[in-house]
Amino acid sequence: MSREAVLNLILAAGFLVFPLWAWMAEEPFLITLATRAAIFAIAGVGLNIALGYGGLVSLGHAAFFGIGGYAMGILASHAQTYTPLLEWPFLVEGTKSMPVIWIVAMLASALAALAIGALSLRTSGAYFIMITLAFAQMLYYFAISWPAYGGEDGLPIYVRNGFPGLNTLDPIQFFALVYALMLATIAVAALVRRAPFGLALNAARQAPERVRAVGISPYRLRLAAFAISGTITGLAGALFADLNRFVSPAMFSWQTSGEIMVFVILGGTARLFGPVAGAALFIALEHLLGGVSDYWHVFLGALLLLVVLFGRNGVVGILAGQEARRG
Amino acid sequence: MAEPVLAVEGVCKSFGMVRASDNVTLDLRPGEIHALIGPNGAGKSTLIEQICGGLEPDAGRITFLGRDVTGLGTVQRARMGLARTFQISALAMEDTVIENVLLGAVGAAGGAFRFLRSALRDRAFRARAEAALEQVGLAEERWMRAGDLSHGQRRALEVAVALTLSPRAFLMDEPMAGLGASGSQRMTGLLRELKAQAPILLIEHDMDAVFSLADRVSVLVQGRVIFTGSVAEIRAHPEVRRAYLGEDA
Ligand SMILES: Nc1ncnc2c1ncn2[C@@H]1O[C@H](COP(=O)(O)OP(=O)(O)OP(=O)(O)O)[C@@H](O)[C@H]1O
Ligand SMILES: [Mg+2]
Repeated sequence: MSREAVLNLILAAGFLVFPLWAWMAEEPFLITLATRAAIFAIAGVGLNIALGYGGLVSLGHAAFFGIGGYAMGILASHAQTYTPLLEWPFLVEGTKSMPVIWIVAMLASALAALAIGALSLRTSGAYFIMITLAFAQMLYYFAISWPAYGGEDGLPIYVRNGFPGLNTLDPIQFFALVYALMLATIAVAALVRRAPFGLALNAARQAPERVRAVGISPYRLRLAAFAISGTITGLAGALFADLNRFVSPAMFSWQTSGEIMVFVILGGTARLFGPVAGAALFIALEHLLGGVSDYWHVFLGALLLLVVLFGRNGVVGILAGQEARRG
Repeated sequence: MAEPVLAVEGVCKSFGMVRASDNVTLDLRPGEIHALIGPNGAGKSTLIEQICGGLEPDAGRITFLGRDVTGLGTVQRARMGLARTFQISALAMEDTVIENVLLGAVGAAGGAFRFLRSALRDRAFRARAEAALEQVGLAEERWMRAGDLSHGQRRALEVAVALTLSPRAFLMDEPMAGLGASGSQRMTGLLRELKAQAPILLIEHDMDAVFSLADRVSVLVQGRVIFTGSVAEIRAHPEVRRAYLGEDA
């Protein structure tokens, strides 16, 4: 087993052991913290497919995080007020069912990512960063000025949505659900990476003219990667909304995009468990330093700078060395 | 005479004041190596780029396999069976040798949008990739990163990727550049083998290689083809000797 595989196993196990310990120690707040970290990790796993594998520096992934969040908020708010979403041409009712909400969140994010990607991927470099940012900002202002779903104040959901057979209000059960989804999205990322698609996407990042010369369109590879990426980040948004039982335009903010990018870069760009390490470290720092000083972001910034300057492959790169990729 | 595989007719391309292609007409026939020689800046790479679809000609027509491809993009032409190697190696340098070659196998099969199986473990892709590595003599290096290869090995890897496409025509931009004597000899042997698979339009400065490989030679000077003929004719042609070989006639 490679060093990275051992590290990944430790990260996956640690992510499970910590909340279990918190559960036995009756510290529900720490379980919630771990849940938050796992949700952020999922958002990062999504971004990593675009940023790490595809080299697409998106500063607009808050768009998908927010769409996922609002998909949950809209469906659940209609369910809690017993008003249908749509009566004509056919009846669409709200729902409190997590699986349904997830599917809607992922579909909506996928469509948004296809649309945003189709336009932004015609540019590259700084223009791409700016255009993705602009799309997310558009959605941010749209959410602020849309009174039907809370506008600027956001939208509270009074009861957490349900999952068959689980009591989702119990922190440890909700954590288990999020954890399982985190592992599932990592599995998807691993599959994508090893597949012919991942091979071609990875090559398109390094030598697009070569990819074209073998008859593959880099644009289409990137668009598909962007869509998969947005879909996963959208799922994270739905979970985040459910964790807080609250949706607000802040989910669309550029700070959110920046934070998702921090998870990926801090943990290790293009490393399978990079976003997991990054999100865990981010939450740990926020929890430990945030209590000491309001300016903990300064420390985070310094750490990020160190990682970028000295360990280009983030925490995973520092601990596991260069990537050994086979099979 | 057999129908040419590839035909360039009256192609013109200018960059500002520079006429990189000046009414270029040439063709590539089945089973031949057609060498394109000319001094630095003559417009050889620019012509290759237009044949591949990376640059649009200002005027003229390019026909491949009897079809007018002038309006098609690089991807479509590659899918029709046009394989090229780059003057400056264009490889995924962080990836292993085998992954670079697999990319060609994936492209040839139109398999870039498969998600479920590992590319490395796909029997068909792998077999195709390994065969290409074997043919260029890089099988031992399959797990090395392309970025760690020597210059000569990278040139060979470029050819291996082109091979996986099972192309109908090869376009090679200075495959021997910087190879040294033994490297050039090995590459010359390889190109002689490849000619049996598909005709080659070969840009090359190495005259020993050109004279030993080429069935026909075209001379490009300042964007114009000043002469096309057999190796013997090229050696004898006074204008060519003056313009290109730099000799007094
Ligand atoms: N994209 C471009 N923009 C402007 N000028 C260009 C461009 N590409 C090529 N040129 C010019 O066109 C001419 C032909 O260049 P090209 O690279 O085709 O020559 P070449 O025959 O391949 O030379 P070499 O033997 O050095 O590779 C040169 O004068 C070059 O400066
Ligand atoms: Mg050139």
